[in-house]
Formats: sequence, structure tokens, C-alpha cells
Amino acid sequence: MALLEVRDLEVEFAMRGARLKALRGVSFDLDAGDRLGIVGESGAGKSMAAYAILNLISEPGRISAGSIAFDGRVLNTLPAEEMRKVRGDRIAMIFQDPMMTLNPVLTVGAQMVECLKTHRTISDGEARALSVQKLREVAIPSPDARFDSYPHELSGGLRQRVVIAIALLLDPAVIIADEPTTALDVTIQAEIMGLMLDLCETRGVSLILITHDIAVVSETTQRMLVMYAGRVVEQGETRGIIARPSHPYTRGLLQALPQRNKPGAELNQIPGSMPTLAELPPGCAFHPRCAYADDTCSGGVPALRTLGKRLVACHHAERLK
Amino acid sequence: MSTLQRVWDSNFAYQFRRDPVAICSALVLLAFVLAALLAPWIAPQNPYDPLQLDLMNSKEPPAFGGQGNPDFPLGTDDQGRDLLSAILYGTGISLLIGIFAVMLQAVIGVSIGLVAGYMGGRVDSFFMRLADIQLSLSTLMVAIIALAVFQAAFGPQRYEDLAIFMLIVVIGIAEWPQYARTVRASVLAEREKEYVDAARVIGLSRARIMFRHILPNALTPILVISTVQVANAIVSEAALSFLGLGMPVTTPSLGSLIRSGFEFIFSGQWWITTFPSVVLIVLILAFNLLGDWLRDALNPKLYKET
Repeated sequence: MALLEVRDLEVEFAMRGARLKALRGVSFDLDAGDRLGIVGESGAGKSMAAYAILNLISEPGRISAGSIAFDGRVLNTLPAEEMRKVRGDRIAMIFQDPMMTLNPVLTVGAQMVECLKTHRTISDGEARALSVQKLREVAIPSPDARFDSYPHELSGGLRQRVVIAIALLLDPAVIIADEPTTALDVTIQAEIMGLMLDLCETRGVSLILITHDIAVVSETTQRMLVMYAGRVVEQGETRGIIARPSHPYTRGLLQALPQRNKPGAELNQIPGSMPTLAELPPGCAFHPRCAYADDTCSGGVPALRTLGKRLVACHHAERLK
Repeated sequence: MSTLQRVWDSNFAYQFRRDPVAICSALVLLAFVLAALLAPWIAPQNPYDPLQLDLMNSKEPPAFGGQGNPDFPLGTDDQGRDLLSAILYGTGISLLIGIFAVMLQAVIGVSIGLVAGYMGGRVDSFFMRLADIQLSLSTLMVAIIALAVFQAAFGPQRYEDLAIFMLIVVIGIAEWPQYARTVRASVLAEREKEYVDAARVIGLSRARIMFRHILPNALTPILVISTVQVANAIVSEAALSFLGLGMPVTTPSLGSLIRSGFEFIFSGQWWITTFPSVVLIVLILAFNLLGDWLRDALNPKLYKET
């Protein structure tokens, strides 16, 4: 049994009487020490999946179907108090913008100690020592001094290191990183990503990496999900998907990478933009933007089916192969 | 020393030093507070001790006019009470009521505003409708009714002992929606920020997120309305005392002093009403000017280059 098993997860929002499904039938497994990438455009439901795993979907949204099993326990039916103990302790999360995720009025140390004290019975001295040690592990210079710093006194890169240190504070089994490097300078993105992967690897922490950067996913993860409009459209081993995508959307994402284009040539892009949840097209949600679309595509929603070693949701997957 | 140095160097302190109005109002307030605190030592007599009052001294004009008694620099009231002493003690009572009433408002209003803003939904609707109802009744009306009922229930003697406490409670309860609304508005903005999500992801409890993470970030508007609210509370107290529902004449606040002299204003004893009124006006003005300055100083969008 996998460490984290997500089955047929559906999240729906009640909006003006209508029920909009932000996630439709997302399923995946995550083994201990594994790394899983979730890619897709903004609004594809990537972050929604992360929040759903932590049972943090707030009103008017709710998990309407499916299950999330973690370590043998079903998280989505856990009482609030039990769920609170899992968050931060067993499953930690790293957000996109370290400017926003650290509370501006509390010192770095205060935020770390608070996290420790919420989950452990620990003295102030021990909490401080442990926090400083974690700050040292994420390679923050003079961690003792930084412990008493306010977030605004640190640079973006240092701040994201602090966020990572907080995520690692209680030695979680899973870390969910939601676009952890998007808000950072290009020069330190690789540094932070390398640090995070290193720490996860040495500790055997599983990582769910949510990003729109398919290049990062291809370098760092073993398995990946490609999401579009709340559905998984392609799922399988990262290397295979990157080498030979079976879904036109994945293929579009890959072709849009500047590295894949001739210098000076115009970039390939996927025409149009993601539909909003309220006006999903009939059939396959991607068909209005898809070069392979025909009548079958607008006629019926393609089911996620096995194709070789992976899962793909497209009527014409064979044609791409 | 280093903390002092940091405060002195801060942008906030710098702006304060550059603003003469702020410095003046702060000095005036400081003077009032000191005078009120030191009243037992600097006042010529204890206006609450009936044994020190002599009816023979009643309605003495101020000493500076040349015709008064030099023992009573600002004259005396109709009971022979030294006005300067009465004003010193009365300022203390007014400040005490103002500050404690505002603390009570803040405790009630901030808690309700936080809970309503953070929880949202029905909790929010319930408390905000409650606030609307409270606001639709004017503070003075609520206070007059409540105090009149208390006076009738306790009897005048017992009421005199409880008057300070009653005024604090009544003014405190009547004005909580000001705080609740202000806090709720900031909480609604803060709640959407990612650090709140991060705190939830860490597994902190709701109460901790509300009071330790959101409240400090919503503190600026609370500080600003607090100065205005203290001024309002002092005015309310003065108004109630003027109507005879506030502090009794035996332990007068500024409002009761104004009231006690009001009957004599046309019979020549103008000083009994005038001096407490001037003190009240200056006090309120100082609070409001300081509040205005605080609002500007704490608003980064209004950064002044001067």
C-alpha cells in the first residue's frame, strides 16, 4: 500500500446555485520517498488538489467524492482536531511566494517555535536549538542571528529557505511544494530547488511538486500528472511522458518550451486559454484548443484509459503515438 | 538602550519629531495625565472631602481678577469647592472613564470582529446584524436608559459609589460595533493572505491563527480609532454627567462640574462652567489631533516628504 493514496477525488464549489467541479476524479499514489510532479496551466486544479489533500478546502468549496488515504488513515473523514495534528507534522506544504507565507509581524524564530509547540511538548530552549539547527540545514548563514530576524529583513531566497526549514521542522513524511520557486529570482531558483530535493532525498521525504514548469518536473520527479480543467489528462512515468507525450495538451506544453524551439523562431503556443469552470465546453474540455479534435471530441468526455505504461484521457491518443 | 535608540531612529518617531501639532498635542495630553495622576499632591484641597469645604467660600471669583481669594486661583463653586482642585481630580475621573471604557470596547469589539471576520458565514451575519442594531440606537440614548434604570434600581446613595464603574460599562458596551466593524474589515483582507494559509497548513488552531497571526496585522486601524474613541468616550461621559446621569456632584468629573456651574452662568459666576469647559475642549482637541496625526503617520500611502 502506498503512503498516500488519492482516489477519484472530486472538489466542488457551490456558486449561485450551481455546483462547479474544480476537481473531477483525480487519482494517484505516492510511495515513501517518491517524487510526483503535477503540471498544468493556472486554474487546472493543481493547487486545489494540494489543499484537498490537507483537507483545507474552505467554503463554499468541499470535497464531494473520493478518498485520500494517508498512512492507512482516511484523511477526508478525519475529525478536524485529528486532521490538525496531521498538518505540518506529517504532511507539510511550501507555498509559492515566501513574501506572503511568512507572517510579517512575527520573527522567523517565533513562527518556527510556534509550529514546534503546536505539535510537540518541548521547552523553549529545545525549540530554539532545534529551529536553529534546521535553519543551518537549509544553509542559512549565521542561523542564530536569523532566528531573531523579521521576514522583511531577509532576501527572497533566504525567506524561501526559512519556509523550507519550517516545512522540515517536524520531519514530515510528505511535503507538498506549490510552485516553490516561481516567485524567486531565476538565479536562485535552481539553488532552492536543488536544496529541497537534496533534503527530501536524504530524509526519505516524499515530495509532491506542483508547477507549471514542465522542465523542472522532468528533471526532478519520477512520476507526473498533467492536469487540465480539473481532470488528469495524462499520468505516468515522467521520463516516458516527456519523451513521447500521448495527450495533445502535454505535447503542446512541451512544444511551448523555448528550449525546443529554434533560436529566433516564434515560440509554439497552445492557442486560446483554459476555459473557466462555469463554461466548460461539451466533451473533452481541451478540444476547442486541440489540433487533433473532431466530432468525437465534442461528443463525449474521454475516459482516463491505460495506454502502454501510462494513463491518458484522449480519444486520439493512438494517433499521437 | 538599544531599544530606545531603535524607537528614536524609527520612521514613526522621526515623523513625530517633524510634526509640531503632534508634539504639542502629545505634550498637552501628557500634562493632563500627569496633573490628574499627581492631583492628590498638587491640588490645594481635596474636593471630595466635605470637611475641607466651607460654604462661606462659595462662589469666590478667580484670584487673577484682583477681587478673589488668593487661596482659590480659579475661584470656587457654589459649595465652596476650589475649582482648580476639582478640575484636577475631575480630569482624572474623565480620563479614567474614557480609557477604561475604550479598553472594554476594544476587548469586546476586537474579539467579535476577529471571530466574525475569520469565521464568516452565519457567525459573521449574526454579529454584524447585532452591531447594526447597536449602532442604530445612539450611544447617548442607550446610556441614558441604562443609567436611569441603574439609578432607580440602586438608589442614589449606592449609585454614587458605583457611578464610575457603571459609566465605564455603559459607554464600553454602547460603542463596541466601531471596533468590531473596523477589525472585521481588516480581518477580511488579512484572511486571504497566504500566511494565514501557511498557518493553517502548519496545523495551528483557529484561535491561535486569529489572535496571534491575524490580530497583530490588523492592529494599525485599531490604534487609530482608539484615540478617537477615547475622545468620544470622554465626551459621552461629560454629556451624561451634564444631564445628571453621570458622576455625582460629590465626586465631580468635568461634565458634572460644567453642569453644576451652568445654573450660575447668568448670575455672574461664569467661571464655574467656563474653566472645566475649556479643559474639556483642550483635552478632546489634543486627543483628536493626535489621532489624526497617528492615522496619517501609520498610513504608508500618505508618506510625507517633509
